[in-house]
Amino acid sequence: MYWGIKKMMSIIALSFLLITFLNFRAGRSKALKIRENTTIHSLPEYYGYYTAFWFLIPVTLIGISWLFFSESLITSFVLSNLQKEIVNFNEIQTLNFINGFKNLSEGRNITGEISLLLKEAASLYSYFSTVSNTLLIFACLSIGLFGFYISINKVSSVFQARNAIEKYINYFFLASTCIAILATAGILFSVVFEAIRFFGLVDLDDFLFGLKWSPQMAIREDQVGSSGAFGAIPLFVGTILISIIALLVAVPIGLMNAIYLSEYSPSNVRAYAKPMLEILAGIPTVVYGFFAAITVAPFLRGLGEFVGLSISSESALGVGLVMGIMIIPLVSSLSDDVISAVPQSMRDGSLGLGATKSETIKKVILPAALPGIVGGVLLAASRAIGETMIVVMAAGLSAKLTINPLDAVTTVTVQIVTLLVGDQEFDSPKTLAAFALGLTLFVFTLVLNYFALRIVKKYREQYE
Amino acid sequence: MNNINSSDLSVTKLIEKSLEKRNQKERYFRIYGLSSLVIAVVFLLTFFASIISTGYQAFIKTDIELEVFLDSEVIYPNGTKTAEDLFFVDYDSLIFTSLKEQLPELKNRNERRQARLILSSGASYHIQNKIIKDKSLVGQTVSFILPLDDEVDMYLKGYVDTESSENSRKITDFQIALVENLNKKGLIHKNFNTTLFVSGDSREPELAGILGALVGSFMMLSITFIISFPLAVSAAIYLEEFAKKNMWTDFLEVNINNLAAVPSIIYGLLGLAIFINFFGFPRSAPIVGGLVLSLMTFPVVIIASRAALKSVPPSIRDAALGLGASKIQTTLHHVVPLALPGMLTGSIVGMARALGESAPLIMIGMVAFVVDIPTSITEPSAALPVQVFLWSDAPERGFAEKTSAAILVLLVFLVLMNSLAIWLRNKFQIKW
Amino acid sequence: MEEELDSNFITVGNIKTEKSVIMNVEDCNVYYGDVHALKNVNMEIGKSEVLALIGPSGCGKSTFIRCLNRLNDTIDIARVTGKISLDGQDIYSDYINSSGNMDVVLLRARVGMVFQKPNPFPKSIFENVAYGPKIHGLTKDKQDLNDLVESCLVKVGLWDEVKDRLEDSGTSLSGGQQQRLCIARAIAVQPEVILMDEPCSALDPIATERIEDLISELKQNYALVVVTHSMQQASRISQRAAYFHMGNLVEVDSSEKIFNDPSHALTTNYISGRIG
Repeated sequence: MYWGIKKMMSIIALSFLLITFLNFRAGRSKALKIRENTTIHSLPEYYGYYTAFWFLIPVTLIGISWLFFSESLITSFVLSNLQKEIVNFNEIQTLNFINGFKNLSEGRNITGEISLLLKEAASLYSYFSTVSNTLLIFACLSIGLFGFYISINKVSSVFQARNAIEKYINYFFLASTCIAILATAGILFSVVFEAIRFFGLVDLDDFLFGLKWSPQMAIREDQVGSSGAFGAIPLFVGTILISIIALLVAVPIGLMNAIYLSEYSPSNVRAYAKPMLEILAGIPTVVYGFFAAITVAPFLRGLGEFVGLSISSESALGVGLVMGIMIIPLVSSLSDDVISAVPQSMRDGSLGLGATKSETIKKVILPAALPGIVGGVLLAASRAIGETMIVVMAAGLSAKLTINPLDAVTTVTVQIVTLLVGDQEFDSPKTLAAFALGLTLFVFTLVLNYFALRIVKKYREQYE
Repeated sequence: MNNINSSDLSVTKLIEKSLEKRNQKERYFRIYGLSSLVIAVVFLLTFFASIISTGYQAFIKTDIELEVFLDSEVIYPNGTKTAEDLFFVDYDSLIFTSLKEQLPELKNRNERRQARLILSSGASYHIQNKIIKDKSLVGQTVSFILPLDDEVDMYLKGYVDTESSENSRKITDFQIALVENLNKKGLIHKNFNTTLFVSGDSREPELAGILGALVGSFMMLSITFIISFPLAVSAAIYLEEFAKKNMWTDFLEVNINNLAAVPSIIYGLLGLAIFINFFGFPRSAPIVGGLVLSLMTFPVVIIASRAALKSVPPSIRDAALGLGASKIQTTLHHVVPLALPGMLTGSIVGMARALGESAPLIMIGMVAFVVDIPTSITEPSAALPVQVFLWSDAPERGFAEKTSAAILVLLVFLVLMNSLAIWLRNKFQIKW
Repeated sequence: MEEELDSNFITVGNIKTEKSVIMNVEDCNVYYGDVHALKNVNMEIGKSEVLALIGPSGCGKSTFIRCLNRLNDTIDIARVTGKISLDGQDIYSDYINSSGNMDVVLLRARVGMVFQKPNPFPKSIFENVAYGPKIHGLTKDKQDLNDLVESCLVKVGLWDEVKDRLEDSGTSLSGGQQQRLCIARAIAVQPEVILMDEPCSALDPIATERIEDLISELKQNYALVVVTHSMQQASRISQRAAYFHMGNLVEVDSSEKIFNDPSHALTTNYISGRIG
């Protein structure tokens, strides 16, 4: 039955497209007819676009809203109908129940027994879904055709169809741009909203300045605020420790890479090196994480044994090293851009005085490029701080407060993943803590990026 | 400075004195530069060597060839021959009967159990599927190529240390002897591992494949492209060609640059809170993954498209406007087609990045164990990078090589996409 | 009448200088890839004189001047043949450092350069002038350096204008001041020859006049080779002039001769404004 519905929906969607096309033809033919007798303002197809538009857009808008909102509406209808039977469900039970009747009604396998209640809910769900689908089609058709009716009556010799269409295109462009704002708003809204709920349970000061992070302990409600189990300082320290190690690896190597490639290397070396760096930049972070866990960590541990040091298999050093390698291409290409922006006349001036190439680079070019390089380093730092997969796969889970790179530490991103993976109620303090961490991460990287980009922009303007 | 010659000589001498040290510094500096490049190359080579060496064997699987008598008394014990009955038959006993014929030396129950474990638990499905396709085979003796258990597979590929004590490994000495016996009889074969490419995920390494992940990733990338490309291009066109330079557009530009640098995990949080919890989209479905990845790719494509539009010289616009074209006609008929290769290149690069992202997908629930190949964008599915993540965590040794193999497949796709982008750029780029 | 000259063309006029020779150019050819940019140039450059290089755009003046301090080395596709000597030493083969490689550092300290667009470093005024002496190790201590910087700024006539703000950035000066700063920077290294590639073309007339006066003063102690687009400027400041045309050195002679009674038809055409 489920397959049948899917097929039907596709057929319906196709037929709507067909109707849109017919509307286009209708509008255009009307315009062509008018043109036989008088001159019309725009080319006939613009009239066609106009009538098609006023059918398609209402349909699309209704369709998208339905897509976004129907699911939750139907679910709440089902739940409200069964209010009496489920009034005692807690949140996890409700979630399972919802998953259960949804899967059942769509013909998928369920684990566990299928209660009578579940069956009833499933049939209600199917019923309401069918009702909503029918309503959707009916609404789309009627409103769409109404739009078509109004628009085709407007088609006349003086109607400026092209201007109207161009105005709509303009609005579309503008709307697309606003999606960028929507995305930011969405991020802020989702993260801030949940984080505020978190800070209702845990004090902001305890979170920002607390030294103990052990959310697994705070399962009992009464323990949450008092046990101080949500102190994020160990996470901040761990994140910064790993990021510093990464930068210590990436910045010298990346910068020297850029210098060598742009100032010293013969063009054939450059031709091979640049694609190679691009390959390095394209390796997904999950792969770096795998490499860190499987190859680097055991290697470091063995090295440690050889030298007599105890290096944890989840050491910050190992994670930082691999993360540094991942960032090298970023630092290299940013530095390359920045160094190339320094005008040739500066190099000529220095060389003309008898300076060697390295003197020119060290004393003239790098100081001149410094703001740009600093901006690039800040961007790289931001990337390191926000990196998730390498740390999840190779770093530790226990929040140890230490600056020893040979120890295992955990980071903000690891904790976000750990707290959210698995079935939890959406309200539990653990889940909300993840959002609080997410908010902290977002704000921090936002500030860092903002300054970094501003510095680089100002630097570029100097030379243009 | 009145007498040039004498002061010149002393200056020359001073400079000559400084030369040796300065040239030495120059040499060292050059060496630092070259060695930094070498480090990057060495890493890349080590990396590929490591991945390829752990992964190449995953493309081979070991099978056993057995003649199995499809005893109709076992298959249709009740005498009825309905289609549904075929699902509940104990095919393992048929397999074991055939195995016993090859290994007559099995003495006791323990030895028989160990022999049974040599074959994969999925072997019975091979038989089941073949009979379902052709019921006339019942009653005949048919030759099957059946998968072996992953521990046997690991042994045959040389990963098991036969010297170590039995407690430290999963395959027993007795089983090793049995396998060697079967091998001598020529029953053990090594074939190309098609399972890897035609099956979905599984708890058993020898039965696991990446098809589910491939389909899921493909669906998500398609959604990402369909949503983000038109919208990002439109936004770029608006910002570059139509918007007036004022406070709002500056704000938008800063916004977009920041969005491009936001850590990907934050987008995952967004997907979780808004798409899954607020709008009720199904967890770990490609539609949600596609939406989240679109939001992530959107700013990147805008930035690339704007650069492409900027590179079209103003003279083109002036020429079109001079002929009386409207602003939109100028933009859509003239500017955009010229900038299109650059825009496509940028979006392919953005999509390559989206293909490799796993953090946001983990947030929206793709860590669930999904066996079926998804058939629609609202069913739970896996994605290739997340599959790598899940398999890397699995304890069975067999998954280690599969993880590397999945990584190789992922890298191949990425290289293909990036090469396509570079080819596009080179072929259509116009040097103004 | 932009015809190219015969490949066997010999420079007209007098390639020798009346002052003692500081640099000598023999059969210099420059190729940028396949393009033959400079053809068979022969000339002497004397101490304490100003030699003006004139000619239409793209004729090879800048290419030639960049050979004299080997700044063409920085261009990958440039190839220079012939022999150029400074004080008898071949600037290509005789300048060898301890590893046996060509050492241009010393050459460029002896042959300084001022560029068309003033290019002070984004450092302080003091640091700009001090840069050269510092890297070459010319001064013994801080006081020495201060004195040297002061004397160079005095020589170019900047001292009074900047003595109270030596720590300000070099780029905060006006165009003319920046160019004088660049000249001060060049002479701080105590060169023997100063090359100037259209030093006034980016400056206003008043600044230009100051630079021209400076050039006339400097010629007492340095050999100056000045590329210029303006014939009036050339006749004002130079004692000898060389006319380049499409890569050939057409005529070299005293400025009086070149600007009043040139020997070659092409020179006449350029001077009279028929080409250029």
